[in-house]
Amino acid sequence: MSIATTHPGGHAAEPYQGGLRRWLTTTNHKDIGTMYMMFSLIMFFVGGLMILAVRAELFQPGLQLMKPEFFNQLIGIHALVMIFAALMPAATGFANWMIPLMIGAPDMALPRLNNWGFWLLPPAAILLTLPFTLALFGIGDGALATGWTFYAPLSVQGGMGVDFAILAVHILGISSIMGSINIIVTIFNMRAPGMTMMKLPLFAWGWLITAFLLIATLPVLAGAVTMLLTDRHFGTHFFDAAGGGDPILFQHLFWFFGHPEVYILLLPVWGLMPHVLATFSRKPTYGYKAQVYSFIAIGLLSVVVWAHHFFTAGMPVPALIYFMFSTMAISLPLAVLFFCWIATMWKGAMSFETPMLFAIGFIVLFGIAGLTGLILADVAADAQYHHSYFVVAHFHYALFAGGIMGVMTGVYYWLPKWTGHMYCEKLGKLHFWLTVFSFNLTFIPQFFLGLAGMPRRIPDYALQFAEFNAISTVGAFILGLSQLIFAWNIWITVRGGKKAEGRVWESAEGLEWELSSPPPHHSWETQPVIK
Amino acid sequence: MEQARTAPPSHNRLIGRLLLLVAGAFVFAFAMVPLYDVLCQVTGFNGKTGGQETIRDNFGFGGLKTATAPEPAVDLTRSVRVEFTGTVMPGLPWDMRPLTLSLDVHPGELQQVTYLVRNTSNRSITGQAVPSVTPGQAAQHFEKIECFCFEQQTLGPGEAREMPLAFIVKPAVDRSISHITLSYAFFGLEGQRQTLTSREVP
Repeated sequence: MSIATTHPGGHAAEPYQGGLRRWLTTTNHKDIGTMYMMFSLIMFFVGGLMILAVRAELFQPGLQLMKPEFFNQLIGIHALVMIFAALMPAATGFANWMIPLMIGAPDMALPRLNNWGFWLLPPAAILLTLPFTLALFGIGDGALATGWTFYAPLSVQGGMGVDFAILAVHILGISSIMGSINIIVTIFNMRAPGMTMMKLPLFAWGWLITAFLLIATLPVLAGAVTMLLTDRHFGTHFFDAAGGGDPILFQHLFWFFGHPEVYILLLPVWGLMPHVLATFSRKPTYGYKAQVYSFIAIGLLSVVVWAHHFFTAGMPVPALIYFMFSTMAISLPLAVLFFCWIATMWKGAMSFETPMLFAIGFIVLFGIAGLTGLILADVAADAQYHHSYFVVAHFHYALFAGGIMGVMTGVYYWLPKWTGHMYCEKLGKLHFWLTVFSFNLTFIPQFFLGLAGMPRRIPDYALQFAEFNAISTVGAFILGLSQLIFAWNIWITVRGGKKAEGRVWESAEGLEWELSSPPPHHSWETQPVIK
Repeated sequence: MEQARTAPPSHNRLIGRLLLLVAGAFVFAFAMVPLYDVLCQVTGFNGKTGGQETIRDNFGFGGLKTATAPEPAVDLTRSVRVEFTGTVMPGLPWDMRPLTLSLDVHPGELQQVTYLVRNTSNRSITGQAVPSVTPGQAAQHFEKIECFCFEQQTLGPGEAREMPLAFIVKPAVDRSISHITLSYAFFGLEGQRQTLTSREVP
């Protein structure tokens, strides 16, 4: 199928380029969206392999496979890869593909910036992981070994892997900020006539808040790691107590970004959930306005609660109490979202295709993340749980069950729209059940480990933790392997399969379903008018 | 169709505003450095102890200005356990330990303890101790009358020295505080600071 025949007028003169050249120079939001999604999928497996190596080491007490230094590098880079190179690009990929289709815009507002934003990612990913390879050839001492949080003074003293990671974070930050500006301008300026802000699809709303959070907080991270860089090489003392600096300041700066980052990762997913739930419950979304206001409330609250990540670093009691209550206050708008999701399904004519299964799995497991988060937010309890495996299990319920499974919900929901083919429902369901089973097998034992006092970020542990660690490792390997089903399913769907109709799901609502599947290369050149 | 593809003129304005926001957030990160310092001075975050101003203007054993410190009546109705600890930062070949590990004091009572500090290298080195008090609320009420941290200390090759510390826990300290930990970190001066570039220098 040639592109020239699929869209009328306008671009016919534009020479069509095939092969690598097309992907390098494309300014088409669908192409760029596809590249983001593919990049994200690849990095998802890269980050996954790293953590499987970690879990293999933790299968038994004692050191079997690797040195502690290498272990430290793996956990830090795993986190950075999963957050910055898998989850965030996946969300940006959704935004690129879907926001113009959903709001009736012909493309993103700033197409060239869009292209650049994507092509900054591969170099950054290489920067992050290159020190591993260099170390094999005896250059340097490996990648960032401080954990993904870069805490000073450890990161001031670390090897050159820290510099690589700092520069990678700079590049990833620039890419994300450009993406955010693009999305905000698109949503503000390019909506179809008649689409007021309160008719905006919830997915676009979720992304809008994410974009503003990125713009407000990523530069703070960039500033913090810049200070780290000058501390390391140019003799400044921002975080060096010997020179009058303060290492705790780094924690404040880092988490001023780091906490909103959680919502940056989750808001796009919360935005897409109502679409999926409404479609498969055959009911309109419940509480549209309530959800929009909850998004805004969560966005605002997320920038004033950061210090709950280091309750044990030493703070006056009034500050502890403030951060405890403000953190707990986030559960109010979040509960509104949960009730809206449940109310959307209430008495609906539900059917359980793969996206719906993932959506329901998301609600249940993400609920566990929220409840365990409340426990951690409690200052008194946190003294025990801080830096234990309880925290690890908690944030994997938030970011795997909440983030990654949310992304999978969206992929299964929109894949037929993108490719024009139906995915294999049997493989999708198999993928879902294996993922849910093995995810819980991996992380429920980690709650127990944390409660029993096992600290995170250690390559070896006391004997009493052996059984739960062994179970967790088995779960992790099943979890990792079942993602191959996901990749295979995507592959066969791209290659062929049952033809998908324009309105892929019988009661799907929204502008994107009024286009063919796959949509023409240039869509909504004439903007639809919303009544 | 042509209409739909002409970009609305307000793109650039919006982009400009958003970029301003980005720049503002970046500047905010650097503004936090002095702001945070001020916050710590005022509230005692991070255990920055009281009486530091008098140290800086070299009044020696000052710290007891009659205006600021009322006659310290000793509060015999309660006692606070003060624990002492200390670390030597990497790059400084010294070791240190408190000769008194902990002490029960009545607020308002003058107490004296000593730390034993030893230079394990065969050259003369100058170091500076930086104190920190936990919990932070106690920091403002922990007054050091005399302290080896008031000035730089130079130890000859292999020299060991007992370094004195005299302090008062002021009676104004909150009644809920039963334990105070005083911790020192000894830093080497003279280019022993850890940076990537200076680390290899012996």
